[in-house]
Amino acid sequence: MISFERVSKRYQEGHDALRDVSFEIAKDDLVFLTGHSGAGKSTLMRLIMLMDRATRGKVVVDGVDLASVPGRNIPAHRRDIGVVFQNHQLLFDRSVFENVALPLIIAGYDYREVGRRVRAALDKVGLLSRERALPVTLSGGEQQRVGIARAVVGKPKILLADEPTGNLDPALSAEIMTLFEEFNQVGVTVLIASHDLILISQLRHRIITLSEGRLVTGGEL
Amino acid sequence: MSKSRAEGAVQSKARFSDRYNAWLRHHRLSAADSLHRVLDNLVSSLMTWLVIGIALALPVGLDVALDNATELSSGWDSPSQISLFLKDEVDTAAAMVLVKDIEARDDVQQVHFVSREDALAEFSALSGFADVLASLEDNPLPNLLLVTPDSALAGAAAGGLRAKLAQRKEVAEAVLDMEWLQRLNSLMELSRRLVIAIGVLLVLGVVLILGNTIRLAIENRREEIVIVKLVGGSNPFVRRPFLYTGLWYGVGGGFFAALLVSLSLWFLEAPVSELAALYQSEFVLAGLGLMGALNLLILGGLLGLAGAWLAVTRHLAAIVPR
Repeated sequence: MISFERVSKRYQEGHDALRDVSFEIAKDDLVFLTGHSGAGKSTLMRLIMLMDRATRGKVVVDGVDLASVPGRNIPAHRRDIGVVFQNHQLLFDRSVFENVALPLIIAGYDYREVGRRVRAALDKVGLLSRERALPVTLSGGEQQRVGIARAVVGKPKILLADEPTGNLDPALSAEIMTLFEEFNQVGVTVLIASHDLILISQLRHRIITLSEGRLVTGGEL
Repeated sequence: MSKSRAEGAVQSKARFSDRYNAWLRHHRLSAADSLHRVLDNLVSSLMTWLVIGIALALPVGLDVALDNATELSSGWDSPSQISLFLKDEVDTAAAMVLVKDIEARDDVQQVHFVSREDALAEFSALSGFADVLASLEDNPLPNLLLVTPDSALAGAAAGGLRAKLAQRKEVAEAVLDMEWLQRLNSLMELSRRLVIAIGVLLVLGVVLILGNTIRLAIENRREEIVIVKLVGGSNPFVRRPFLYTGLWYGVGGGFFAALLVSLSLWFLEAPVSELAALYQSEFVLAGLGLMGALNLLILGGLLGLAGAWLAVTRHLAAIVPR
C-alpha cells in the first residue's frame, strides 16, 4: 500500500531529513514509526501526503508513484488518506459535527449522507453526544478523538497519525491506540508515528525505527 | 489492488451528476456561509458597503446630473435666434420696413422688433439700474430685430443666414445666439469625459478596496485554509467562500450607491422644481430608475468579484500547509 524506494529528502537549508530510506507497508497492515524528534518521522509522513516531495527515490502510495501526481491533483490524493495530527488541526469556530463533516463536504457528499457518516464516526470514537460542542470545550483526549473521527469519516484506505498520543496520559493513549487497531481490523492500512516506545512495544505490531534520517530497523516485511 | 482501482473508475464515472450536485451544493453553502459572516460583522461590513457606495455614487450621481442637463438643453438644440443690432441712424419707420423685408425670406420664420425705447424700459425694469438709466441724456440702446430662422435650418445654414443679414446696410451687428449653446455643449462633453475619468479611477479604487478587504479576510482565516487544504480541499474549494464574500460586499456597496444617489436627488428635487417653475419649465428631475439601480447592484457585484479574485489569486496559493 505504501512503499519507499531509496528515498532521500534534503530541505533547502541543506538539512538531510531522510537518507536513502526503503520500506514497504502491505495493505491492512498497522505499522509504528518511531525515532527521536528530528529523526525524520514527520518528513516521511509529509512525503506520503504530498506536503513535500522526495529529493531522490520513489514513493508509491496505493499503486501510484507520487512523483507523477501533478500539483492540481494533490487535494484529490489527500482525500484518499486520513490524517490525524499531533496538534489536532481542528477548526475552533466550528462545532464537533462540522469539523468531522469537513472532508465529506469537500468531497461533496449530500447532507443526509454527511449526517449519517459523521454520526457513525463520532459514535465510533465515543463522542456522539458532543456533536454540537465547540472543540475548545473538549479535553485534549476528546479533541484528539474528534481529529480521528475526521480522519476516518471518509473511509480512507490509509490512515496516518503523527504523534496521536503526544499530549495524553498513558490510559488515554492506550485507548486511542485501541481505536487505531479497530480501524486496522476493518481493512485500513495504518501508519502511526510515535516516540512513546513503552506504549508501542506493548502492542505487537511492526515498528520502523528512524535515526537521523536513516532507517535503522523494521525495513523488511 | 487492481480490483479496487477498477471499482474506483466505475465509481467516478457513475458519479458525474453527483459531482455536479456537490459542486452546486458547495456554491450554495459558500454563498450562505459568506453572507452569514458579512452580516455577523455588521458594523465593519456596513463601513465597507458605505465606502464602496460612496465611491460608486459619486460618478453615477454626476452622470445622472449630466443626463438631466442634457435633457434640459436638448430643447435648445435648434438654431434659436439671430439678433440684429441696427445702426443708430435707422429710425423706427425704417426698421419696420426692414422687418417686412426680412420676414419675406423663405428661411426666416418670424421677425420680432424691439424698439430702443422698449428695450430701455425692459432693461431698467429688470436690471435695477432704473435711476442710473434715467439720468442718462441719451438712450444708449440700439433698435433690435430678433430673427427666428426657419426651424428646418441647421446650425451651419443659420450661420450663413446671419452672414447675409449682417451685410445689410442698416445692420450694425448680427449675432447668432448659438455660440453659448455650442459652448454649453462642449462644456457638457468635457464634463462627461471628466465623469468617465473620475468613474474609472473610483471603480479601480473600489476593486482595490475590496481586494484589500478580502485579503484581510483571508489572513483572518489562514489557519482554517491550512486545515481545509490538509484534508484535501482544492484551490477552487478554498477560493469559493472568498469570492462570495467579495460578491456580497460589492452588491451591498451597489445598493448603498443607489440609495445615496436617490437620496441626493430627493434632496435636490424641491429646489430644482422651484427653479423650473421660475423658468416656466415643465422640467422634472429624472432619477436613477429601477434599471439604473439594478445595474448598480450588478456593477457592484462584478467589482466585488473582481476585487476578490485579485486578492484570492495573489494570496490564497501562498498559503500551504507547513
